Amino acid sequence: MLAIRKYCLFKVLIISLLGLGCATGALAKNHDPLKVAFVYVGPTGDAGWTYAHDNARLYMEKKLGKKVKTTYVESVAEGADAERVITELARAGNKLIFTTSFGYMNPTLKVAKSFPDVKFEHASGYKRSKNVGTYFDRVYQGRYLTGMLAGMMTKSHLLGYVASFPIPEVIRGINAFTLGARAVNPKAEVKVVWVSSWYDPGKESKAAETMINMGVDVVTQHTDSPGPINAAEKKGVYAIGYHSDMSVYGPKAHLTATAHNWGPLYTAKAQAVLDGTWTSEDVWGGLSDNALNLAPYSKTVPKHVRAVVDHAKSLIANGKLHPFAGPLKDQSGKVQVVAGKAMSDGEMLGMKWYVEGVQGKLPK
Amino acid sequence: MDMDLIANILFATIRMGTPLLIVAIGELVCEKSGVLNLGQEGMMLMGAVVGFMIAFHTDSLTMGFIAAIVAGALMSLLFAVVTMQFYANQVATGLALTILGVGLSGFIGRGYVGEALSSVDFQIPLLSSIPFFGKVLFSHDLLVYISIGLAIAVYWFFKSTRAGLIVKAVGESPESAQSLGLSVLKVRYLAIIFGGSMAGLAGGYLSLIDTPLWAENMTAGRGWIALALVVFASWRVERAVLGAYLFGFMSIMHLVLQSFGLSVSSNLLATLPYVATVVVLVLLSRNQQRIKLFAPMSLGKSFHSAH
Repeated sequence: MLAIRKYCLFKVLIISLLGLGCATGALAKNHDPLKVAFVYVGPTGDAGWTYAHDNARLYMEKKLGKKVKTTYVESVAEGADAERVITELARAGNKLIFTTSFGYMNPTLKVAKSFPDVKFEHASGYKRSKNVGTYFDRVYQGRYLTGMLAGMMTKSHLLGYVASFPIPEVIRGINAFTLGARAVNPKAEVKVVWVSSWYDPGKESKAAETMINMGVDVVTQHTDSPGPINAAEKKGVYAIGYHSDMSVYGPKAHLTATAHNWGPLYTAKAQAVLDGTWTSEDVWGGLSDNALNLAPYSKTVPKHVRAVVDHAKSLIANGKLHPFAGPLKDQSGKVQVVAGKAMSDGEMLGMKWYVEGVQGKLPK
Repeated sequence: MDMDLIANILFATIRMGTPLLIVAIGELVCEKSGVLNLGQEGMMLMGAVVGFMIAFHTDSLTMGFIAAIVAGALMSLLFAVVTMQFYANQVATGLALTILGVGLSGFIGRGYVGEALSSVDFQIPLLSSIPFFGKVLFSHDLLVYISIGLAIAVYWFFKSTRAGLIVKAVGESPESAQSLGLSVLKVRYLAIIFGGSMAGLAGGYLSLIDTPLWAENMTAGRGWIALALVVFASWRVERAVLGAYLFGFMSIMHLVLQSFGLSVSSNLLATLPYVATVVVLVLLSRNQQRIKLFAPMSLGKSFHSAH
């Protein structure tokens, strides 16, 4: 008897609690900000990849004001650690979570299954689900443009590329840079040094120095630290940055940089969640979407060079110029893309060969 | 390969090896006294960030380096207090020191990311214009010469001074040392602080000279490499110097071979410095008996004084 009464009381309590919950839930819809979380692979102070994402977070806060409340967790190792962090963030009431590194792909999908009402956005991945979307920017468009710039600025016709790991994303960048350079300077060739690291300022700068010693006079990079810019400044040659404007590290060397511009995308995604219009999709934003941009040209870049690059930039943005349009030859001179055709997104995402003009063999 | 290129490679070798050399010498002295401090990475990072901050505000590299040394020393003092006064486990405390250094340096350096110092070029006049040798030997920054001087001083310290003998005695058998009337704690404190100062100095070398900028975690594991160097060098100064430069040389060759277009896996090449350094040092010290002679007997053990 007592047990039943207790049970009833318990039930009443539960129901009233639920009612209260519903009531506050309804209120919350109008007043509580949307909680948005970010998971970063590096420190926000890396001056590179994570720095760009965090700038975008701040941009979103500025644009949406009180409608959003953001948090971030930095330096999260890819793998099991990431899963724990993402779960915690979802549990803490975040309704939109950006996971900003390739290695977060599987953890994101796994956590997303347990939190169907939370939306996830994963950078640079290729697996999606009902509540997991993916996004990236068409860095290769910026690479092509900076390649043109380098091709016009070089005197030795030898360009240097500090690279991290031989994956399609990086190879695509090297190829786009080379094609851009050779579009304006057929004599241009590109040297590549792999440092087997995303982030090691000392090693990156030594890699750049090594190539400069071999005659390279414009250096660019697909690594995350400003080391190469620094080396170029010391050696008195030019450099092109990546991720964000790196001119402070080499005021004389820095010509421009291929810079991510995640801000508009993040803002749009948060707005979509607020409006209830969010869907899982793959966004590969380019110059036309303002998803990336070139950092301001330095004073050393002459007017006519700027004009050429700006013109190409508008052509790419309008869809009139495709960096990987045929005819394209690989290093052996074999035609990989015939004239009149351009590579599809799928082909570009799986790129595993060097175009003509890149020196050395692609490591396997 | 022309002479110019070789000169450049050797030049870069010395530049790459110098921070490792400085940390390794500091840790070597510390370990000789019987203390294993795994916090090198943390102390280096604190040296790097504090050195950069001070140099940025004072516009003086000297002030920056002094600050870097002080920062490293303070970190090591913390380690010393915890392990000597409270008998905490040295390995655990060292790891904690690394984690603390990584986090704290990132925190206090937050506002300095994206700032830059103007890079300095230090060359010895006249001598640096000698062909080849001028480039390789006489056109480095001052710290390269200081680090070599330091290595020689520490070598001499252990080989022919009474103080060096005392440090060794404390590392071999603190009990005996104490019964001889030596202050184990005092010696170990000094050795730990020397190690911390050197780690701070090496950190400063990275953020002030090598790549004059502050970025979080910029040491990228060099503290750990230096720790390994000390062991593989079987606690001998001259081998630690050799190991540091060898590591620097192989790191540079990894980059040079690639720019020659060698088609070997870059990942494999990247392991070369580690493999080569380990192999050479192991070969040098392949006599097990002799290694035992060189490893300080009380390394890593807490010392409880008798009273």
